[in-house]
Amino acid sequence: MLNQIMQSRLRGVMLLALILIFVPALFANPFHYELAIQVAIVAATVVGLNLLVGFAGQISLGHAGFFGLGAYFSGIATGTYGWPSIPALIAGAIAVGLVAWIVGRPILRLKGHYLSMATLAVGFIIAIILENERALTGGPDGMSVPPLEVFGWQLSTFGRYSLFGLEISGVQAWYMVAGVLLVIATWFALNIIESPIGRALRSLKGSEVAAGVVGVNTTKYKSLVFVVSAVYASIMGGIYAHFQGFITPDLASFDFSIVLITMVVIGGMGSTFGVILGAVVIELLPQVLADFQELEMAMFGLILMLTMIFMPKGLLPTLNTVVSKITRKKAAEVRHDSTG
Amino acid sequence: MFSEFLQYLFTGATIGATYALIALGFTLIYNASHVINFAQGEFVMIGGMTTVALTGMGMPMIVAVVLAVILASVLGLALQRLAIAPAKQADVVTLIIITIGASIFIRGIAQVVWGKEYHSMPNFSATQSLEVFGAVLNSQSLWVFGIGAVLVVALVLFFTRTLSGKAILATSMNKEAARLVGIRTQVVLMLAFMVSAFLGSVAGIVVAPITFTSYDIGIILGLKGFVAAAIGGLGSGVGAIVGGLALGIVEAMAAGYISSDYKDAVAFSMILLVLFFMPRGLFGAKVVERV
Repeated sequence: MLNQIMQSRLRGVMLLALILIFVPALFANPFHYELAIQVAIVAATVVGLNLLVGFAGQISLGHAGFFGLGAYFSGIATGTYGWPSIPALIAGAIAVGLVAWIVGRPILRLKGHYLSMATLAVGFIIAIILENERALTGGPDGMSVPPLEVFGWQLSTFGRYSLFGLEISGVQAWYMVAGVLLVIATWFALNIIESPIGRALRSLKGSEVAAGVVGVNTTKYKSLVFVVSAVYASIMGGIYAHFQGFITPDLASFDFSIVLITMVVIGGMGSTFGVILGAVVIELLPQVLADFQELEMAMFGLILMLTMIFMPKGLLPTLNTVVSKITRKKAAEVRHDSTG
Repeated sequence: MFSEFLQYLFTGATIGATYALIALGFTLIYNASHVINFAQGEFVMIGGMTTVALTGMGMPMIVAVVLAVILASVLGLALQRLAIAPAKQADVVTLIIITIGASIFIRGIAQVVWGKEYHSMPNFSATQSLEVFGAVLNSQSLWVFGIGAVLVVALVLFFTRTLSGKAILATSMNKEAARLVGIRTQVVLMLAFMVSAFLGSVAGIVVAPITFTSYDIGIILGLKGFVAAAIGGLGSGVGAIVGGLALGIVEAMAAGYISSDYKDAVAFSMILLVLFFMPRGLFGAKVVERV
């Protein structure tokens, strides 16, 4: 049953939107909103990364590099050069997409662990550049970024706004923006997956040679999906920069790349809603584990390990299997009762 | 001029020899199981930190070293038995995440037990440094080279002269065939993880007097080992050694002649360049994908 809901594009997106609308009922303070905004932004990034990893089967251990680049492009364009936010986001997406296209050409010929290594190297190089070009980026200390500005309308987490006569706080307004972006990102990804491009991507994951033999231009599709996932990361990086108001090179770090790929794998590779769940779990886990104080890090590692050992397919696909097993069993019982 | 070059060469070769040992550990596990073990760096950390902690408690150096190496090897064994073996059917990426989980776990425990401070360790010999053609050679470098060379010779003997070594080789060539001739591949995997952890911990101990050690040095040293193994070609022992030394020397030269801020960037550009022209590293086996 759960499976059917997830398979239908429209219903899936509507369910996501409903959850996003009703979740704030659980929020008690602005901190909860901030957490939710952060989760939504990262989740949208991961939805893009999943296209590359989950559908096309190409591993990236450097995706935070593109997130960081996007964040700094927006930060520098709006902060240092006074551009409006939206053109900065678009220009950043184009620039990062171009970078991804240029490095993607040679890298994507590599296979397996060599591809992981190369993407890791690209991520590292980006992080090192951001850290050392102090004149432009402020170096390891980071730089501040002005609030998001849409048509002369400033969206600051500290502001107060009125919407249809309702007074809302800055974080609430930001939550709406982040929620809408997550829905759009999901909708777009689902459409790609169901399109001929999506079918070509899935054939790559099955067997690249077989895909090539039946006429799929593997090089073209691999670099296309690499660029798309980098653009996702760039835009969300830019949004994140405006939301936080302050960015450091950590956004492009190897650690963050690992966080992103972990969300994909733990949520369920190839399941768009699964990776969103993965983002929620990985972002919220440290909050839950804070009670363990000193042992927080060890607990995080332990949970990560155990989840992957016992649910190698990821959270949502495993949940799906369990639910469908139970419903099938129930159905069988009902049939048994009626005949017996 | 020359003495400056020599200086960078010494520094680079020393750290490079450490990378080579770590890379050999990656190679061993990769050959036996096709897993890239992202927890490899934690064995390096365990080696250095345990030695520092035990000598700090007044234990003689040699006893501390032996105990540290044993601890790391047991951890390697545990990692294989408890984390890798149960996840038989898992994807490559899933296995990567499992080893990352393991490394975070080990690091988390180390941080609780030993704290977050940096620790230093005295050189193995009383003599601090020698002068060679105007360049300073840290006496510890000689220990690194010496122990590294001994380990490499021991590994060669292990793989060519002992049954266990040959069993590992056979398993890496063809797991099914190895099992058919009676090799217990599960034991081979355990052995590979143990030897790999052993190599890592030795690297961590010999390099500790030069670089300091702390609970989190495993991340970067492990990564460098992975880079070295990939430069050399995953699965190639010679490749791991050449890759490690090359990486160390290029880093030192880059730090000396270009900029120390960008030394890691040079290392990572080097791996990209190598992979662009040789997609399977310098000594990687040519594999044709069977369809």
